[in-house]
Amino acid sequence: MFTQPEINETIRMIRKENLDIRTITLGINLRDCVSPGTEAANRKIYDKVCRKAERLIPVAEELELEFGIPIINKRVSVTPVSLIAEASDAESYLPFAQSLDRAAETVGIDFLGGFSALVQKGVTEGDRRLIESIPRSLTETGRVCSSVNVASTRAGINMDAIQRMGRIITQTSQIDPQGCAKLVVFSNAPEDNPFMAGAFHGVGEGDCAINVGVSGPGVIKAAIEDIRGDSFDQLAETIKQTAFKITRMGRLVAREAAARLGYNFGIVDLSLAPTPSIGDSVARILEEMGLETAGAPGSTAAVALLNDAVKKGGIMASSHVGGLSGAFLPVSEDEGMAEAVRKGSLSLAKLEAMTAVCSVGLDMVAVPGDTTAQTISAIIADEISIGVVNKKTTAVRIIPVPGKTAGEWVEFGGLLGRAPVMEVSRDSSSDFIARGGRIPAPLTSYVN
Amino acid sequence: MQAIITVVGTDKVGIIAGVSSLLAETNVNILDISQTILRTYFTMMMLVDLESMTISLKDLKELLDQRGKELGVTIQLQHQDVFQAMHRI
Repeated sequence: MFTQPEINETIRMIRKENLDIRTITLGINLRDCVSPGTEAANRKIYDKVCRKAERLIPVAEELELEFGIPIINKRVSVTPVSLIAEASDAESYLPFAQSLDRAAETVGIDFLGGFSALVQKGVTEGDRRLIESIPRSLTETGRVCSSVNVASTRAGINMDAIQRMGRIITQTSQIDPQGCAKLVVFSNAPEDNPFMAGAFHGVGEGDCAINVGVSGPGVIKAAIEDIRGDSFDQLAETIKQTAFKITRMGRLVAREAAARLGYNFGIVDLSLAPTPSIGDSVARILEEMGLETAGAPGSTAAVALLNDAVKKGGIMASSHVGGLSGAFLPVSEDEGMAEAVRKGSLSLAKLEAMTAVCSVGLDMVAVPGDTTAQTISAIIADEISIGVVNKKTTAVRIIPVPGKTAGEWVEFGGLLGRAPVMEVSRDSSSDFIARGGRIPAPLTSYVN
Repeated sequence: MQAIITVVGTDKVGIIAGVSSLLAETNVNILDISQTILRTYFTMMMLVDLESMTISLKDLKELLDQRGKELGVTIQLQHQDVFQAMHRI
């Protein structure tokens, strides 16, 4: 039997501190759906996603009932579509996005990831067609998410692809900025990431896998409220122990979901994922650590400690860990981050520095609508360089908002939240981006 | 399946009777029970076996909710694996 404090702790975490399973994501391999005919390929894709994900929602609801823990999102990721569509005769891959969107609707999920291309070293014809299809695909469908991996530590940085992505993001935002909220540009993209918008089912995966993302910024914040003023040693230890408990819950749900669906358990993603709700913010953890606001001097060190302690606790709790596994610092999806931007305490430059020591990168950052494609490419190049040199994942999810200038608020709705448009440097990077080609892999990548 | 039921609220006559009679009616077996009162705050936890229960888990949770409202307490039921995962290595 358990002790009263143990039971109370678990119940408090769920009821008062927003502990939840952020996502159960079912990865589905679509390689057996390749077909020279676009219609045939799409029929196979629709059928396979519907068949494999048919029981995802009922099983998740069953687990919620038995375990008494909310499972916020149920989602699907698929093999990068550029690989599946390349054999087809389609010039635009919009029909593939539409089939995936319909399948997502049929199985009852809100997002499906994998309208993706891996172009860290070069762009094939299929990759090119996929990337060029992104603006219409993300604005004419509601549930499909897209990601493009433009760099890796081993391959270096594909600056041609980054140049292209600056233009694609600008084009997408001109149709509907909401489309950019479903598009991630990656370095070192993980193949088992359960979180949207960057989830896809990697080519090294089996036919299906269950990957689970845990949450719990509110739980961490509550735990360290009890040790206000204590040393960093105590702070790290408390976060580590709390992360262990959160991750154990994630592992339990992941294993049960996999067993009941009859698929392999893939990984637990240890990320601390905030939502726009009050009490579910990573920024507020930084404040609880002793900073007046996120973005104040000391923020990078605070994120470094937090990220490391979460990983140490989480790795002890689950043998299979993967995905992004780190603290997320999205701006619009974290009310504390958005508030720090509003107060003028958090700049794009400071945010970039903070992302050097955690996962994800520049996430859900709204910028003025007149930011040039070249400047967006240059912002991507900076963030991607951090990932490549440090052998880690970084990503950029940036949203130019037409007609808005720095300081104006933009609403994305639901879990995507709201945020002020951030100030972007007016200095030109055009000639730098125009060079094209590849930035060679860093010396640190030569480890063989 | 074994589950933990927790009952939290202001102490009054009949809380244990109210909860355990409902469990008896639905053929839920109580394996272990502990209860404390701190000032007037009542906390009870029960380890129960749901193997032979006569209704669905969803219905049992709804009945417990309803009984909780009548008694002025909060009643929760969760699979015991949740606590096992979080508090035991």
